[in-house]
Amino acid sequence: MEGISKEQVYEWLSTVTDPEVPALTILDLGIVRDVEVTGKGNDTAVKVFITPTYSGCPAMDVISIGIRMALISRGIGNLTIEMQLSPAWTTDWMTEEGKKKLKAYGIAPPHRKAFQPLGLFEEDKVTCPRCGSEETELVSQFGPTSCKALYKCLSCKEPFEHFKCH
Amino acid sequence: MNKQRYLLDYTLRLADDALIIGHRLSEWCGHGPVLEQDIALTNTSLDHLGRARTLYQYAAEQFNRLPQGEKKNAFTSVAIQNLVASGENLGEDDLAYLRDGWDFRNMLLLEQPNIDWAYTIARSFFYDTFNYFFFQHLAGCKDESLAAVAEKSLKEVTYHLRWSSEWVVRLGDGTSESHQRMQHAVNELWAYTGELFVMNDTDKIMLQEGTGVDIEAIKPLWMQRVSAVFEEATINTPTGTWMQQGGKEGRHTEQLGYILAELQFMQRAYPGMAW
Repeated sequence: MEGISKEQVYEWLSTVTDPEVPALTILDLGIVRDVEVTGKGNDTAVKVFITPTYSGCPAMDVISIGIRMALISRGIGNLTIEMQLSPAWTTDWMTEEGKKKLKAYGIAPPHRKAFQPLGLFEEDKVTCPRCGSEETELVSQFGPTSCKALYKCLSCKEPFEHFKCH
Repeated sequence: MNKQRYLLDYTLRLADDALIIGHRLSEWCGHGPVLEQDIALTNTSLDHLGRARTLYQYAAEQFNRLPQGEKKNAFTSVAIQNLVASGENLGEDDLAYLRDGWDFRNMLLLEQPNIDWAYTIARSFFYDTFNYFFFQHLAGCKDESLAAVAEKSLKEVTYHLRWSSEWVVRLGDGTSESHQRMQHAVNELWAYTGELFVMNDTDKIMLQEGTGVDIEAIKPLWMQRVSAVFEEATINTPTGTWMQQGGKEGRHTEQLGYILAELQFMQRAYPGMAW
């Protein structure tokens, strides 16, 4: 194998999706922190640094397997995946492209910067991803996965999920 | 004890706190009053268990670096002592599943049973408020691993605190029945809140080292936040000053035994069992 570049590895990683939100790749989510490529030919070693979205997110194990599969199938045998906790992931790491994909998938994307916290009893204004109405209501701050909250639209009456600003 | 041992003790305590409250909340899984709240509790439980895992991994790394002589007497459990004697390294699961009750350092508040919705909410509310201030401070500490865990956890804890605060208000300012139950739970659990702010030797040494948090300094912030939510909830802040403590030294209420009996059963009955 010729020497491979970091960009090449990133391109391969762009095929790995989040098992819980398959519309998003791990690059859209912003959980790949860095990639290190050392050596050439058979000595090529790749290190991928990823960061968890939530401490107990069960998708992280599946994502690691996804990365492993994606790179092994391209002939990268010497592969290390390292968990990097700091700086902590926030939804600000999600790309604009990722937010568009989320909305098209029917999940209201995070819209507020994570470093601007809400007051204790203040609530987010979330737009319905289906009809665009701002007349929506929080059903539960906690949804089917750690990263999502449950909302319902008072205009089109559809329930929907919101990827929380985190 | 040397500094490494104090850091291990500090890390383990934070891990034990997270595991025990995580386990308690997970007991609601499938029993929540409505689906959304069942999900809220299991999500919250998952956050705590995730934090516990990261901390146990870090604690295990620290333990494995200790000299053999110190490892031998670190824990009283025979299961751990056997592993150490055979020269094996400990992992996160060994620390969670093979230590006995008196080796656990979690605060007494967190092992108290769920009893009813009001007790569950009151216990979480006291702890979430504490965590909210504690992790803000720990995020700036000198130990990189603990600081990273704190930075991550703070965001999650902020959700937990919003959720438990809203429920204190909803129950307290709800029907006469919900008000009375909320007030009762707050009164009953109040005696366990003193321990949150007790600085023992580990806290003092870790604070000197720039790793630990000055928890006495958090107390007025905690009190202020708790009082503000209680006021909104028409709940009276208890005036009792007698406080129960001992968890940080391994002296627990009987409740911890029941948790461990369930939590550790499989690994004790079938050592090394894997899924």
